Amino acid sequence: MKRLTLWSLLGLAIVASAVFVSCSKGGGKASVGAADAASAVYVAPGEKDEFYNFVSGGFSGQLAVYGLPSGRLFRVIPVFSVDPEKSWGFSEETKPMLMTSHGFIPWDDAHHPDMSQTDGVPDGKYVFINGNNTPRIARIDLKDFRTKEIIELPNSAGNHSSPFSTQNSEYVIAGTRFSVPIPNEDVSIDTYKEKFKGALSFIKMDKNSGAFNLAWQILMPGFDYDLARCGKGPSGDWMFYTCYNSEKANTMKEINASQNDKDFIVAVNWKKIEAFVAQGKGQIITSRYAHNVYNDETHSATSTIKTSVRVVTPADVPGCIYYIPTPKSPHGCDVDPSGEYIVGGGKLATVIPVMSFSKMIKAIESKAFDGEIDGISVLKYDACLAGEVKNPGLGPLHTEFDDKGNAYTSMFVSSEITKWSLKDFKVIDKVPTYYSIGHLCIPGGNSKKPWGKYVIAYNKITKDRYLPTGPELTQSAQLYDISGEKMKLLLDFPTIGEPHYAQAVPADLIAPNSTKIYKIENNKHPYVTRKEADARVERKGNEVHIYMTSIRSHFAPDNIEGVKVGDKVYWHVTNLEQDWDVPHGFAVLGNNNAELLIMPGETSTATWEPKYAGVYAFYCTDFCSALHQEMQGYVRVSGAGSSTPITWNNKK
Amino acid sequence: MTPLHRALMAVAALCLVGLFFLPMWEITLEAPQYPEGNELGILISIDKVEGAHENDLQNLNGLNHYIGMKKIEPDSIPELQWMKYIVGVLIGLGLLVAGIGKRSLILVWLGLLTAAGALGLYDFYMWEYDYGHDLDPHAAIKIPGMAYQPPLIGVQQLLNFKAHSWPASGFYMILVGAALAALTWWISRPKTKANA
Repeated sequence: MKRLTLWSLLGLAIVASAVFVSCSKGGGKASVGAADAASAVYVAPGEKDEFYNFVSGGFSGQLAVYGLPSGRLFRVIPVFSVDPEKSWGFSEETKPMLMTSHGFIPWDDAHHPDMSQTDGVPDGKYVFINGNNTPRIARIDLKDFRTKEIIELPNSAGNHSSPFSTQNSEYVIAGTRFSVPIPNEDVSIDTYKEKFKGALSFIKMDKNSGAFNLAWQILMPGFDYDLARCGKGPSGDWMFYTCYNSEKANTMKEINASQNDKDFIVAVNWKKIEAFVAQGKGQIITSRYAHNVYNDETHSATSTIKTSVRVVTPADVPGCIYYIPTPKSPHGCDVDPSGEYIVGGGKLATVIPVMSFSKMIKAIESKAFDGEIDGISVLKYDACLAGEVKNPGLGPLHTEFDDKGNAYTSMFVSSEITKWSLKDFKVIDKVPTYYSIGHLCIPGGNSKKPWGKYVIAYNKITKDRYLPTGPELTQSAQLYDISGEKMKLLLDFPTIGEPHYAQAVPADLIAPNSTKIYKIENNKHPYVTRKEADARVERKGNEVHIYMTSIRSHFAPDNIEGVKVGDKVYWHVTNLEQDWDVPHGFAVLGNNNAELLIMPGETSTATWEPKYAGVYAFYCTDFCSALHQEMQGYVRVSGAGSSTPITWNNKK
Repeated sequence: MTPLHRALMAVAALCLVGLFFLPMWEITLEAPQYPEGNELGILISIDKVEGAHENDLQNLNGLNHYIGMKKIEPDSIPELQWMKYIVGVLIGLGLLVAGIGKRSLILVWLGLLTAAGALGLYDFYMWEYDYGHDLDPHAAIKIPGMAYQPPLIGVQQLLNFKAHSWPASGFYMILVGAALAALTWWISRPKTKANA
């Protein structure tokens, strides 16, 4: 009864504020009654969201995890950029994850999360995401929301048409937006047309371990391979990539790459190429690229430099690669749930072209060709076209799908989402976005089985939508209800970095498998300290290794002497807790890196090179318990030539 | 006692076999940091004391050091070594009663069972008293007059923890055994000779 009263009061308050809002403000607000919209996205305290939303962090280099429909941010998973909060790229264990053939790189530009799939449906195991600038692909494990693997891609630049999973995650594919000389060498940029090639990479994923292996690369003509998508169902053996700059321009691409009326969608039969490669087709060439793997048992990463890769040219694999003409510099490349339609987002075009997979196959069989480029047959546009969506808006970019036969395309220039039917390619509805939408996402909307309840817009510009924060404003997402005929704006929520693509799946695909602790008995870190009695300090020349434990609410040891100026001190801290949500932190005054944030059962290492003699404090940085403030200790640093012996206490 | 009565009595005795597999008592500790679904729990059986979930006992011992409570170490509780023999003897005696088929022995068995149960509860209470009162004088948290003895049965607030102490499935097996024995005793009573 009491509860009912509270609810009705809350209801009244919402209705009252809705009336106020609708009286005082004009358009651009929630397009349904504010009270309806508020209740549609309201997740009461203690209740949980229905969907996870994994949103690219763009130039933050990370992956953000939100709940839907609330739009609440749960976590930022560090991927390509250092994260001092989580010690990512600062602890000795994680530094190798950010190694490349160009050395340690603390940043990248992360664009397109894709999820592992089983039979064309997201399976909640892994998210893959690309590093655009120094080409890399990462695999994030959704059991513990950690980046477990990063593989660098040689012969690539601007790793943008990446990563996209095949329908059973046999391969994660990646493509280069910028063509480069292969092998890369000191040549005049004016040799672009002869020397520059575009590499399409196929990373084989081990179904059990998730481990990556760069299986082969296709060296394509020097166009810009922009976005991609794997086929599904009947088209499951094929990959599709959009490309622009079929002009092969290397200066002022803004103009010079926008001359041709049509560029292309590339169709690649990866299954046939896989068979060719299995016969030894192609060529192994020298390349340098890093392969970084994080081990769950040692809680440590290793980085290996690989020195060769198999490449195939279109001539090595006849009948596997075709160009489908597509209007004007297409961007998005999306395949509908049935696998029959391939939608190109011609960002400079006035229509959305929809290609038919079955017509494409017929065109190949009947040799309906319109010339060839570097040995690759160009199919006739009309022979592949299923239809064009007329007057969709301006600047169509990306398309996602619901489970009722509809497609939703983002319109960058006219700032709107256009809903259209896959039956007759007619526009059904349009709804404004605020502003300049880039990608959009429907839960499972790139798969065989969309959960078509919401579409989320990821916008490039927010202007007047939020309180101003100086010249740089928050980035934003917008949630729309798509359960009915008309799309309804429900919620704006801010995002980190610049959001590009995203994935969303029902929470029950992921939440039940979430790791709570790492078992201490499985900890195979070379510097693990499994119990307090084993805590100790060892000197090896000028290295000092501190085997330290942490448990509520003390470190062992917590008094250390015998460190000297000039020593390199390794703090190997093992969190002995075996209880959920009880990490411990560690920091020592003057450490030139970052705190450690150590999960239960994990070992992490911070290095410290004290510069002056004295006594320095260290402490737990994560408020772990009632006596967290007491979780501290001292380390004595003596002069370089001193003879202070190594000693430590162990409780008391 | 007819064959049916003997069989019932044997089943009554064999109910106690459940004690070798099922916990007799469960103490659940709930706190803001350990909410419903994530509580800490201790399960007490005739031969072991263990956490309701992996690591519960370790985590509980970790928390208890703040108030200076001794660690609950099953190896230091001698009862866990020999309680199983008592239960074994009770089962044996129950089967013997069934074998002999003498009705009055059922009451003797029930008496022994009740006595053992009462002694067990008293022993449990004494352990709880010991853990709750024998506290390290150097503990970080000392509240004058505060003891941390969980209730023998029922619910009690102990600082931030709400302790629930209730019989568990093994204990109910004892009750079922006792009820079956009592039932056997009752239905095997001599027929009143109304016409005699």
